[in-house]
Amino acid sequence: MAAYKPVVVQACPKLGERITQDTLYWRGYKTPVQIKEFGAVNKIDFSPAPPYNYAVTASSRIHIYGRYSQEPIKTFSRFREAAYGATYRDDGRLLAAGSEDGTVCLLDVGGKAPLRQFEGHTKPVHVAGFLSDKYRIFSGGDDYSSTVWDIPSATEIISYSEHTDYVRCGCASKVNADVFITGSYDHTVKLFDARTKSSVMTIEHGHPVESVLLFPSGGLLVSAGGRYVKVWDVLKGGQLLVSLKNHHKTVTCLCLNSSGQRLLSGSLDRHVKIYSTTSYKVVHSFNYATSILSLALSPEDETIVVGMTNGVLNVKHRKPEEKSENSEKKRQPAYRTYMKGRTYMPKQEDFCVSKPVKRVLRKYDKLLRSFQSSKALDAVLEPPIMLHTPEVTVAVMQELHRRGTLRSALAGRDEKQVNLLLTFVARRVIEPRFTPMLVIVADMLTDIYHPVVGQSAVVDKQFLKLKEAIGKEIDYQEELLEVLGMMDTLFATYTKKIDTCLEENKSNGVTEIIETNRSY
Amino acid sequence: MVAPDALRVVRCGGSTLCGARAVFSADSKQVGRGAGAAALGGYLLCASGDFVKVYSVNTEETLRLMSGHADLVTGIQLNPHNHMQLYSSSLDGTIKLWDFMDGILIKTFSVGSKLLALYTLASAEDSVFVVIPKKGERDTFQLVSVKLTKGAGQDLESKELSVVLDGVGASMKHIAFGREGAYVVSVKGVNLQVYFFKRKLLNRFSLSTLKTKGGDNRFSCVVCHPAEDCIATGHADGKIRLWRNFHNKKEYTYSTLHWHHDIVMDLAFSVEGTRLLSGGVESVLVQWHNESSCQKDFLPRLGSPIEYISMSSDGSLCSTLHTDNRITIINSNLRFSRSIQGLIKSRDVKTGLVVDPRTKALVLNGEPGHLQFYSLQSDQQLFSLDIAQRQYIHEAGLKQSDLVKVAFSAQGTWLATVEESEEVTDPELQLKLWFYHEEAQSFHLNTRINTPHDNHITDMCFRDMDGLGDDSLILVTTGRDCVFKVWVMVEDTDPEAQQSVSWTCDFVGSYHNYQATNCCFSEDGSLLAVSFEETVTVWDSLTWDLKCTFCHPPGNIRKICFGRLTCSKYLIGATDYGFLCCWNLLTCALEWSAHLNVVVLQPDPVSEHIAAVSWLSKESSLFVFKPNEPRPVYIQRNLCKEKILLAAFVPRDEPEMTSSEKYLWLRKSQLFFLTDTQELMTLSTKSLEERLTPSSKQLAVEESLPVTPFSLLLGKHRCQQAQEDTDLGKPVVHNKQEQASPAVKELLHTPAHVLPSASFLCTIFINSLLISKENKSAEEVADEVEMESEKAEDESDEEEVTAMEQEDTSHMELLGEMTCKLSKSQEKELRKIRKMDYSWISAF
Repeated sequence: MAAYKPVVVQACPKLGERITQDTLYWRGYKTPVQIKEFGAVNKIDFSPAPPYNYAVTASSRIHIYGRYSQEPIKTFSRFREAAYGATYRDDGRLLAAGSEDGTVCLLDVGGKAPLRQFEGHTKPVHVAGFLSDKYRIFSGGDDYSSTVWDIPSATEIISYSEHTDYVRCGCASKVNADVFITGSYDHTVKLFDARTKSSVMTIEHGHPVESVLLFPSGGLLVSAGGRYVKVWDVLKGGQLLVSLKNHHKTVTCLCLNSSGQRLLSGSLDRHVKIYSTTSYKVVHSFNYATSILSLALSPEDETIVVGMTNGVLNVKHRKPEEKSENSEKKRQPAYRTYMKGRTYMPKQEDFCVSKPVKRVLRKYDKLLRSFQSSKALDAVLEPPIMLHTPEVTVAVMQELHRRGTLRSALAGRDEKQVNLLLTFVARRVIEPRFTPMLVIVADMLTDIYHPVVGQSAVVDKQFLKLKEAIGKEIDYQEELLEVLGMMDTLFATYTKKIDTCLEENKSNGVTEIIETNRSY
Repeated sequence: MVAPDALRVVRCGGSTLCGARAVFSADSKQVGRGAGAAALGGYLLCASGDFVKVYSVNTEETLRLMSGHADLVTGIQLNPHNHMQLYSSSLDGTIKLWDFMDGILIKTFSVGSKLLALYTLASAEDSVFVVIPKKGERDTFQLVSVKLTKGAGQDLESKELSVVLDGVGASMKHIAFGREGAYVVSVKGVNLQVYFFKRKLLNRFSLSTLKTKGGDNRFSCVVCHPAEDCIATGHADGKIRLWRNFHNKKEYTYSTLHWHHDIVMDLAFSVEGTRLLSGGVESVLVQWHNESSCQKDFLPRLGSPIEYISMSSDGSLCSTLHTDNRITIINSNLRFSRSIQGLIKSRDVKTGLVVDPRTKALVLNGEPGHLQFYSLQSDQQLFSLDIAQRQYIHEAGLKQSDLVKVAFSAQGTWLATVEESEEVTDPELQLKLWFYHEEAQSFHLNTRINTPHDNHITDMCFRDMDGLGDDSLILVTTGRDCVFKVWVMVEDTDPEAQQSVSWTCDFVGSYHNYQATNCCFSEDGSLLAVSFEETVTVWDSLTWDLKCTFCHPPGNIRKICFGRLTCSKYLIGATDYGFLCCWNLLTCALEWSAHLNVVVLQPDPVSEHIAAVSWLSKESSLFVFKPNEPRPVYIQRNLCKEKILLAAFVPRDEPEMTSSEKYLWLRKSQLFFLTDTQELMTLSTKSLEERLTPSSKQLAVEESLPVTPFSLLLGKHRCQQAQEDTDLGKPVVHNKQEQASPAVKELLHTPAHVLPSASFLCTIFINSLLISKENKSAEEVADEVEMESEKAEDESDEEEVTAMEQEDTSHMELLGEMTCKLSKSQEKELRKIRKMDYSWISAF
């Protein structure tokens, strides 16, 4: 003997974005804090040491912000012209920055005046950074040269003039203290070893390089330029590993997350895309108000800071995860009570009294089980169900239709209920998954209630709304068909003709030579 | 042992479980409650086609199959004077008296005309009541009492008929006997007649024929209260009327109970008459208390419409017999107890006969919305898979959705099912794909596709590729919307998803906007044949290019299939206009064609053979052929009278040894077919005795016993006895042996869990073996028995062997008189086990 089977509610796969672990992770940020800077933000760099302050380079100033402060905790404003690319040293105590006048400044985060000024570049310097031995600085300028400086003596160690256009980005290797890379507008990325007199490797990116990045292992190199983000295998002599084209405007900045599992890229198309570094597929994407120039992620992914062309700094902090812990603590005793005695294994002499498992049925199921059609329909016409889970309402209507009692369930309702029903139908009838059922319901409603049309203004209004909704849908479908027709003509012109000639026709007309048209 | 010349068509056990549609009869009575067999429960006797079946109520197994009638059994009733005996009536015009405990036919009374129902009365000494057609008038029946002649022989003529009532209904539900047999009630149409035997008074009552308020007053069944003068009648509109005071023609009264919304199929009073049970199409058993309509209990969702309700004589059990060949046993407190089911007969087997590659079970429509897996070997339903997962509403005239297509992948890991509703315009199609879960040992729903086609799906097949993995799995469906669709499995990239694969449409093909009717993959899976009305198209399964087309005008293609193994280059097709064509795929030419109206075309999955069943005005013929030779391997004309709708080859577990060249095609697999009367049949080379399954054959249980020391001992004992029988050749000895067997038989037939303790049985068993000791002297025997019963508890085998030896020696010496004594002593023993009535034995 079978038990009552509840109504099957058809779950519809959610269209659009699929929720993955990544989506949940990257969605876990609070609403952003917007800070207005004086000019376009060309560089953001997080201090590698706690408390993870970050330096923002915009216009002629470098601001240092604390983790949750909205006001800068420190400002370097003694630049005569614009400052570029302020970068922290590994210990978070020194900053290196280039400037429009061609000097490279070494700044102490505690002091105000620059500790050292390296002069040698004849054009603005957009790139500055520390090599991983902490005592040398590398820089790249618009005079096409890349230079390595000694900090104690403030002298130039070596200068390479191999690029044929502005050097706009660079990155030092964390593994080898002598190795750094620079990317230039001449479409190349060059790998330099301070011990040699010329570049060690040249990688052809194909577009002006806007940003370069070395993986912590030093084996992989990421370059961004044009619409492309390309990943190269350095150890294999600069072989292209993968080329990503997910932005539709120039990619301006790159960033790795703290674990090295995700690669972030910001672009002028106002998007930040997050790639998995194993599959190189986009796992998540952020949307911003204006074009993005710079991007940084704090250690442990606590904060995402994005700098934009209009000088707005967008700061997002991760949501604290204390809430779930709290609720778990609360639930624990209840769970223990629930589990009380469940794990008890009956002994041989014990007499077991089995308790039938109580099945919990929804209200409409209970009513359907006892064949109370109208009441079951009432139960699913309650606003919470009707608004949030329309599929339940439609499933119950379908079940009633299957039982042949839908008409009687719809009949005999008052003005308010008819109004409710018609609102639902008019709103949902255009949803493809509900259309077949709701068309039947709409037909029945008009059949049942057409004698009383004109008696209630509310119901009449709803009928008109229904008519309007269906009319709109028909127009829409017509348009779609038109588009389909147009596309068919387009496809027809592309069709390749294959003649599949079979062997000669041996038997008396059993086979026939056929021509098939297939579109590719 | 010797293969007979012709193949025989054998009904498969499952199909005849509850007999033909015409009349069912069931009776559940508690019988034989002796000291030892108190826990045995009872038997359920059931008319099943030409047989009477005996079921054990406790274990649900078929204990006995009593055969003897030549036509449908129409009624069975216990002998009111001896409850170990059973009367059965049949359309062949005979009443048979059985001892159903042993399955022995005691007497046959031939009445001479068709018997449509049978009733017995305790007050009527030696007569039974039967319903027979009135001579000279069609469709008129009369209730007559038949005097059962007493005679010595087994076959007796009973032509002493006296008409009791005229113009009665043909169904056994239309007549009922009142308390203590004082009166008989018959209903027909809207008329009720009561005949009082003592007063010889006939009262007629009739209801209005007018159908008021949708009511339909026609009677459907009638029962009488066991203690009071009260008649309960069921009506076509679902009303139950309780009639009282019907002694008076004018002042009779009736009250009405109404719950059923459709015809009341059967009614039954409880033994004391306080409760009334009713059932109908709703498949709900309703229990009315004290004949009031306010107090009632329900046992809902019994699965299928209730045809008959019967109560056990002590009122502890009740059984309902359902239209789909199922018996449900229900406790007195209206709790579902157990059900006996074989092959469930659905109204229409739309899915066809499909063989599950995993279990070799036959798969077809079961309960509405379910798929039944029926094991042919054990004649049991293995399990029922709920496909629709939807509450089934039993209501006449409702458009139900049902399972129409089923396909298994080669390994049985995937199952595809199609459901559609009966509505013509909007079929509400659903294609479901099920994955076999190894741990749970059942199919789990993997993908559900709503409206896979815009119109009805006509055929569906998997690409059968044993060699390749699951990746190559492809499902093809053809629809009346003029396309065929190819479905493939896709990996789900999302790690969060519960399942790693799902199915999606890969290709949609069509041909000149013709309706696609059939599809079939070649054996290696490289080619797909799809028939579009008159044309067969062949597609490459890699690129989905159309390779070639075949047609044989006029007439649409009805069935297609590819040849197998050595004949894989052939494509066979059957057309509406009665042609069977064989095309060669290499030359793209017609190889041969034959004029044959093929209704079923079924390839054998393990050999080259293809079976074609043709239908030519009132007879089905079977042709078995290989595609490479136009001459059939085997022809059997007039296979059966009914139209054969479906057929399936079921691979055998081990190849059968056939001596004849002619039946080589039956070696590796067995052909089963289903007729339009829903009978499952098969072809067998074996003779009837060989074919009977152990469960249906009474003595087969002993034969199929495993070789244990116990059985060896038993065998030895039997052999010796048999030898002695032949040596002496005395009929008396034969008689003795026959009686010796019941004790042992009882021991072996009774399910182990209901047997009394072994120490108790041991005495009985050993006593049954002790034959020769008996006639020494009564005292000696008693001593011996005591001694042995003591010893038997700690020593077993040796003790018995010695006993045997003793018995042997003495047996030879003194065989003269002992037989008579022996039978008595054993009778005593038997009575100890269960108070069996062997009084009739004295007649011998």
